[in-house]
Amino acid sequence: MLRKMFDVLEGLYSHLRSMGLVLKHTFAKRVTVQYPEEKPPLAPRWRGRIVLTRDPDGEERCVGCYLCAVACPVDCISLQAAEREEDGRRYPEFFRINFSRCIFCGYCEEACPTYAIQLTPDFEMCEYNRQNLVYEKQDLLISGVGKYPGYNFYNVAGLATKGKPKGQHENEDAPVDVRSLLP
Amino acid sequence: MSSVVTSLLVIVFVLFSLLTTASLLIWLERRLLALWQDRYGPNRVGPFGLGQVLADMIKIFFKEDWTPPFADRPVFVIAPTFIVITALMSFAVVPFSPSILVSDIDIGVLFFLAMSSLGVYSVALAGWASNNKYALLGALRASAQMLAYEVFMGLSLMGVVAITGSFSMQAIVKAQENIWFIVLQPIGFVIFMIAGIAETHRIPFDLPEAESELVAGFHSEYSGMKFGMFFVGEYIGITLISALLVTLFMGGWHGPFLPPVLWFFIKVFFFICGFILLRASLPRMRYDQLMAFGWKLMLPLSLLNLMATGAVILWSS
Ligand code: SF4
Ligand code: SF4
Repeated sequence: MLRKMFDVLEGLYSHLRSMGLVLKHTFAKRVTVQYPEEKPPLAPRWRGRIVLTRDPDGEERCVGCYLCAVACPVDCISLQAAEREEDGRRYPEFFRINFSRCIFCGYCEEACPTYAIQLTPDFEMCEYNRQNLVYEKQDLLISGVGKYPGYNFYNVAGLATKGKPKGQHENEDAPVDVRSLLP
Repeated sequence: MSSVVTSLLVIVFVLFSLLTTASLLIWLERRLLALWQDRYGPNRVGPFGLGQVLADMIKIFFKEDWTPPFADRPVFVIAPTFIVITALMSFAVVPFSPSILVSDIDIGVLFFLAMSSLGVYSVALAGWASNNKYALLGALRASAQMLAYEVFMGLSLMGVVAITGSFSMQAIVKAQENIWFIVLQPIGFVIFMIAGIAETHRIPFDLPEAESELVAGFHSEYSGMKFGMFFVGEYIGITLISALLVTLFMGGWHGPFLPPVLWFFIKVFFFICGFILLRASLPRMRYDQLMAFGWKLMLPLSLLNLMATGAVILWSS
């Protein structure tokens, strides 16, 4: 009997105590981030909206190698490579990312040999119409270098480009004369 | 003639303030729950998110009002109105102030008890007419719970009635001029409060609609405004129990400086917040615990309370 009564009192106490603890939260700081007015801090390497960048000379970095499209786990990148008439430089004829499928995993960025495709800290890309989430090349291409300011793929790729034959690029030796016997 | 006009005005005032309170409670509950969970709750629509009330109302009116083909149609339609009507009827005997009172009948307390027992029909019929096992289980639980808690709800009030010597609500309030009955009847107060929470089936006694076990209990099959009726009925029920706690134990409209109506509303608001605090902090009881608690603890306690009160009254007279 006594034990029962003690149990009841203890239960009563524990209920009142938990109510008191909850009541104390009246004065606690609220954790909600009031989003549109109060922006959450984003890390510099946040994986958000994807852009296509240009090299320091202002040329498109993308060489249409399809590596990003292959790496993409949800197959949301679609592009068609083409070659420029004057110098044979490759570029994407069209480049399309379906952001309604993209999971922002960043694999495309990892796969890209030219640092062309980059993810940026921007997640505010809501649309009322799903079709508007399909970004074309003119929506993706920016006129800056993105995260890698000095990088120019053709300068280090060992390929001859317009005005610069083989061996003339940064950190590059002249090509070995294979017909000579001397090293 | 003028008395008819005043009573009509009072009825309109009571109905209007009740329905406004019920809809505002939706907002208040969400804001308070959010406050106690360190969130903000609805704060976008209008000042302090008060427009949420309107938005919710518009939403619920325009939702599809679907009656399942397997349901017992007439009963299914009638059931939700019961809970609202009985709760509103009970307010007929609640004195808002010395003059604002729909009807000061001599059996006010009994009238309230009768109305709250009728309220269980709503839940039982809704569960039965839905023809759904979860709904029926909810209704079954509701009936058992109401039966158990109805008994000592009435008994806990008898102490107050014995001290006042009248069943009339106004007389009970007037008897608390000098000392509130919460001081004289602390056990009765606690028991009535617990029974009241069970009566409105709110957490921690919300077994009839336990979401985690019974989908939504007795109103699983309801949608649109019929569901809205249960919703409004529940909030009016909370207001009713708070109003009765105030009337019977907390001195009703008595209070210094401010006008009586204001005192009444302040006290009721306090208890409503208490109800919401309960919801914010306590888990749901197990069904057998609920029954054991009702029959084995609360009933004997209220009987003891009644006997002690009677003995003291006899002794002092
Ligand atoms: S971030 Fe991932 S999912 Fe999105 S385009 Fe790149 S590889 Fe595809
Ligand atoms: S973005 Fe990069 S990986 Fe994708 S096609 Fe262009 S160069 Fe290749």
